[in-house]
Amino acid sequence: MNPVKSLSLIALLGVVLLASFSIFTVNEREKAIKFRLGEIIRDDFTPGLYFQVPFINNVRKFDARIQTLDSGAERYLTKEKKNVDVDSFVKWRIDDVAKFYTSLGGNYARANNRLAQIINDFLRDEFGKRTIQEVVAGERKEIMAILTEKAKKEGGAFGLDIIDVRIKRVDLPREVSNSVYLRMRAERTRVATDLRSKGAEAAERIRADADRQRAIILSEAYRDSEKIKGKGDATSADIYARAYNKNREFYSFHRSLNAYRSTFNNKNDVIVLDADSEFFKYFSGQKQK
Amino acid sequence: MAWNEPGGNGKDPWGNRGSGNQGPPDLDEVFKKFGDKLNSIFGGGKGGSGSGGESGRPTSPSNSSMFSIAIIVLVVWLAYDSAYIVQQAQRGVVLRFGEYATTIQPGLNIRFPRPIENVLIVNVDQVRTIEVGYRSTPGGRTTADQPGEALMLTQDENIIDIKFAVQYKVKDAKDYLFNDYNPDLTLRMATESAIREIIGKRKMDFVLTEGRGDVANTAQKLIQEIVDRYGTGLIVTNLNMQDAQPPEEVQDAFADAVKAREDEQRLKNEAETYSNDILPKARGAAARQLAEANAYKEQIIANSTGEADRFSQLLREYEKAPSVTRERLYIETMEYVLANSSKVMVSMKKGNNFFYMPLDSVMKNSGNSSGPDVASQLLPSIINQQPSGSKNTSDNLTRFRDSYRERSTR
Repeated sequence: MNPVKSLSLIALLGVVLLASFSIFTVNEREKAIKFRLGEIIRDDFTPGLYFQVPFINNVRKFDARIQTLDSGAERYLTKEKKNVDVDSFVKWRIDDVAKFYTSLGGNYARANNRLAQIINDFLRDEFGKRTIQEVVAGERKEIMAILTEKAKKEGGAFGLDIIDVRIKRVDLPREVSNSVYLRMRAERTRVATDLRSKGAEAAERIRADADRQRAIILSEAYRDSEKIKGKGDATSADIYARAYNKNREFYSFHRSLNAYRSTFNNKNDVIVLDADSEFFKYFSGQKQK
Repeated sequence: MAWNEPGGNGKDPWGNRGSGNQGPPDLDEVFKKFGDKLNSIFGGGKGGSGSGGESGRPTSPSNSSMFSIAIIVLVVWLAYDSAYIVQQAQRGVVLRFGEYATTIQPGLNIRFPRPIENVLIVNVDQVRTIEVGYRSTPGGRTTADQPGEALMLTQDENIIDIKFAVQYKVKDAKDYLFNDYNPDLTLRMATESAIREIIGKRKMDFVLTEGRGDVANTAQKLIQEIVDRYGTGLIVTNLNMQDAQPPEEVQDAFADAVKAREDEQRLKNEAETYSNDILPKARGAAARQLAEANAYKEQIIANSTGEADRFSQLLREYEKAPSVTRERLYIETMEYVLANSSKVMVSMKKGNNFFYMPLDSVMKNSGNSSGPDVASQLLPSIINQQPSGSKNTSDNLTRFRDSYRERSTR
């Protein structure tokens, strides 16, 4: 082998290696710190290609995307000394990478731990000031805003940008859930009973009203029919009176005869007759009157 | 949102930070130079490494042919590595030396080879789903409940069981890649947080009944707001409320309450039925009563008119011959009366003021057929008391006897 050739080859390899050691890229997801013999000399890289002096400079890159701290549910006491399980999460990212490196050693787990402690304290404070009702319904948003605000200040010391602190869950502990269920059950039973009784009430009203209407209808009908009958009776009495007044004596005679006809019309009627009666004046002999 | 989207546009926040101002122009120049250099180095290097094992370039013709083969291989590889296809549903995000360069639409594209440019492919059309409160098992239709996620507190401190699914997709591939460490997990957390915040502000009954749509809409908006704040580049396309119900522990009580509502309706309906039954009947009865009353009135008036008219006519005739008519009427009536009834004639003149007449038996005989002999015994005595008789009366008597005989034979 040509020694010149192989020498130039080695040199070429050396150049390539050197070049690869002296360039580095920072991509969109990263933040980088450039050190010179352990001293931070630059921490404001935008994404792109950069140079360094091999062995003198070195570079550490950190993920600059938003991180999530989800520390799991913790139990807190509310103002009325009730326990609640609160699960929150924190969104943060590296803001000042140099500060992050110096204060936390560039360690994400440590950052999460610090944040968890801070948030824990804040949550304890805020929950201690409020009732469950306020925590669950009313002031959840406010609490989250306060927490975010406070955490922002604390996080700044570590070079962290706290974007958001959100409460994920506020739940009652398992033991309390049972009493809630009992209360819900009782409440439903109350509603059910209420509905049924209201139904019975309405039904009774409807029935009673129907009965009332029926009574009114029937009695009005009776009243009207009696009026009509009375009118009929009156008219008929008037007609009779006018006719019979023409000859009272004959009327009573005529009417009596009719009455006899209608009363004695049965073989069961036994009539005991005196032979001397008017009817029998010719019966026992042809005596002239 | 824009204020905390440092990587979002790449230029604004980072550019403001100072030295970045020189960055991009610097970089382009550097890149150009470097590209040139790299090519030359690579060309040489390749030649070297390709033939390195055997000998240098000028030593043999085989060396030079090896060299050209190596060049061809390199060119082919570069061509292969530079061309890439972005599928229809995808977007390609191009990083040039780690810096965002551009986003590429579907189709065939050319880029610089690997060390210079990098392409990250993101599927933007694929609809992703997260499930809260349950997990559907892959393939099957069955689901596994996640009570820890599903149970939440309402405003009135009741516990409610909610299952829903959020569908989302990538709106901005660049944001999706660069802003959040795990956008999909972030969306899940935002969802849980948002839904609980919303349920916490509403009453249980509202959520269970008419509030479902409202909850879903508000939640979708809130989730979107939260993930936008983090610049995740995600868009929530849909929020499906799968289920909102009371927890299993109290479901029977809730079911009973629902049943009670039905019962209430049923009781009312039964009462209405009763009402609908009796009222028409009552109206019918009333109508009948009125009709009968009218009938009575008409009847009695007609009757009285008729009778009065008859009397008047008779009276007119009577007045023409009073005594004759009177006597005729009397006798006719008596005839009719006596013909139609049993009779006993007693002559009081003979002085037997006390005589025994078993009226009971007479009546019984005439009524039923117990003892015809009593009557027959009796009859002669009566007749004997009043001997002789007109034709009429003897006829009557025979008729009388006949009727007795008939009865006794029965």
